[in-house]
Amino acid sequence: MKLKFASMALGAVMAAAPAMADLVFPSLSYRTGPYAAGGIPFADGYADYFTLLNERDGGIGGVPIRMIECETGYNTAKGVECYESTKGEGALVYQPLSTGITYQLIPKATADDIPIHSMGYGRTSAANGEVFSHVFNYPGNYWDGASGAVNYLLETNGGDLKGKKIALVYHNSAYGKEPIRTLEELQKKHGYELSLLPVDHPGQEQKSQWLQIRRERPDFVLMWGWGVMNQVAVQEAANIRFPMENFIGIWWSGAEHDVLPAGAKANGFKALTFHNVGRDFPIFDDIQKYVVDAGKAAGAGDQVGNVLYNRGMYAAMLAAEAAKTAQGIHGTADITPSQMRDGMEALQIDEAKMTALGMPNFGPAFNVSCQNHGGPGLVGVTQWDAANQTWSLISDFKETDGEVIGALVAEDSAAYAAENNIEAACK
Amino acid sequence: MPESLLYGTEVVLNGLMAGVLYALVALGFVLIYKASGIFNYAQGVMALFSAATLVGIMKGQVPFAHLINAALGTEIHHFGWHVPAILAILLTMGVMVFLAWAVQKFVFRHLVNQEPIILFMATIGLAYFLEGFGDLMWGSDIKTLDVGLPQGGSFWIEENTQWLGMGNENFYGFFLDQLDLVATVIATILVIALVLFSQYTKQGRAMRAVADDHQAALSVGISLNFIWVMVWSVAGFVALVAGIMWGAKSGVQFSLSLIALKALPVLMLGGFTSIPGAIVGGLIIGVGEKLFEFTIGPLVGGATENWFAYVLALVFLVFRPQGLFGEKIIERV
Repeated sequence: MKLKFASMALGAVMAAAPAMADLVFPSLSYRTGPYAAGGIPFADGYADYFTLLNERDGGIGGVPIRMIECETGYNTAKGVECYESTKGEGALVYQPLSTGITYQLIPKATADDIPIHSMGYGRTSAANGEVFSHVFNYPGNYWDGASGAVNYLLETNGGDLKGKKIALVYHNSAYGKEPIRTLEELQKKHGYELSLLPVDHPGQEQKSQWLQIRRERPDFVLMWGWGVMNQVAVQEAANIRFPMENFIGIWWSGAEHDVLPAGAKANGFKALTFHNVGRDFPIFDDIQKYVVDAGKAAGAGDQVGNVLYNRGMYAAMLAAEAAKTAQGIHGTADITPSQMRDGMEALQIDEAKMTALGMPNFGPAFNVSCQNHGGPGLVGVTQWDAANQTWSLISDFKETDGEVIGALVAEDSAAYAAENNIEAACK
Repeated sequence: MPESLLYGTEVVLNGLMAGVLYALVALGFVLIYKASGIFNYAQGVMALFSAATLVGIMKGQVPFAHLINAALGTEIHHFGWHVPAILAILLTMGVMVFLAWAVQKFVFRHLVNQEPIILFMATIGLAYFLEGFGDLMWGSDIKTLDVGLPQGGSFWIEENTQWLGMGNENFYGFFLDQLDLVATVIATILVIALVLFSQYTKQGRAMRAVADDHQAALSVGISLNFIWVMVWSVAGFVALVAGIMWGAKSGVQFSLSLIALKALPVLMLGGFTSIPGAIVGGLIIGVGEKLFEFTIGPLVGGATENWFAYVLALVFLVFRPQGLFGEKIIERV
């Protein structure tokens, strides 16, 4: 009787306890609200890659993956709620998918010893790992984006931008203002004229800004937009017949849905990127076979190969590779968030590894270190072909201005360290 | 002509066009408020819902496809046909009339004689319901809307106004978006039609009678139920027109529902009960915000339009609380 009771009690405890053997990856997604069009493909890509690993490889290092999706609606308060409600599940790493949520989670996650990966968004100076021990923003950040755009313009203009006019059309928010300082510093170095054109949220009405562009005729327009601002900007640029090949958006302004509403007139529009685009990679065959055809896709399976789907998949791949690295370092398959952080800090991505994963030349090769949580900041450029409705990578992933960006990162992270009494050091 | 004057004129012209687009949204609010005293918070979402329905019908999209596929394990997304724009607009109007009937039957019929704040709250609930229902029905991706409206700057206007620069190489002629020009024509027709409808038709006069005093209207045999369904249907049609105009610019997406924010200062300025007020208010807001951005914007870092529209409306409100064309509210003890 005692044995029966003990067995029942053990069974009840095991049923009630969380499955400790799972590797838990929360997905703070936004499938509803004003930014759902961007949130859905990213969330699908992130989820589908983990499903693929579970179905094809049995998880990571033999341990199944459990992805917990929590809807934030791109709302900072909801994002924090999602973090609080999922961290107890053994969450290994958070992708906040919003600069606002990232800023809120930096102190919380650091205190909870859980790493954050804000890939291509969030606090740029988090690249300084000696100050931001639990925040990673590899392989590129907004300041890399600004420098990458200027480098691309230098390269396509004979290395000289003196006297050229560059206009920045930006979302009038902390996110949109991110590149200004970098562009101003680079202006001193390269001698171009910079004009700043803020657009208020949500960006549905931009007539004033584009009339100003029509009057001032800048040689190039850069855009830091998100949501409806992107579609309207591309349409307005087409309306004033601004040459699309001289219009470059940040990576959050360069997805299919940003250009499709403008139709053929959007042809030639460019966007920065830190990963490759399109469906021409072996990994997609596996996703089709093990995930989509098996009826296990996160969405309808119609986003596979889209720019933001690829970005979500790339983020999941980097998370999975960091988990593998952590398993290797600590000699255990069932890693903790703290061990995951170590894995992220020791992450090495090279071409051989990406090829083996079915993603040859999908992103830049880079190493993460304690000092550098931001990677090398290699930035590529993509261009939209309206006739075929495809994005193509038209440049290699190239280095950005480390001298200028490094100084800005050091300055900003030092200020954060001073405000928060953080002693800069490797953990 | 001096360069700054030329550019200022261009800004005023574009402000007028933008104002027409704001007025299109404001009209929907005015119609419902005028007939039933309800401030319809859901008007912006109605524009989104109607535009999404239009695209869905045009492209032969299966409504609730994700739900059906998830429940039945099917993979149906499209019927495989394309519906011409005109027919799709008519069918969408049918959907909006049905929505008006449903809103009346299931919501407002049960709230007759309730306080205005209760009715307002009901429209907030309606807005969120419709937002989710629309997503479920048509999906939340950005939809391209092409009903054959012209877009882009008018070459003809540019070429024929270039001489105003008198040899100034920096002046390329006035820029006017063809879509805005079409919107102006449509809005003018719409306003004339609405005014004629309310002045010269039996239903229009009944609508005005209900607006004046619904109990008196009831006593002479006017069906409140019919009038309210009719008004919500007309507001649905206005929402559809606004949704088409704004959706043609940005694609049909969630942010269309936020165009209501652009209508609020127009209503504050023009009054909640006047159709011409919505138009004049829209024009004043459109020109005012664009001129302010052109003249003062560069001095204060730009992005002034959103807040300046409200400041302008507040200034008018101080001197005419009922708005420029609104009816003065007199409460007798």
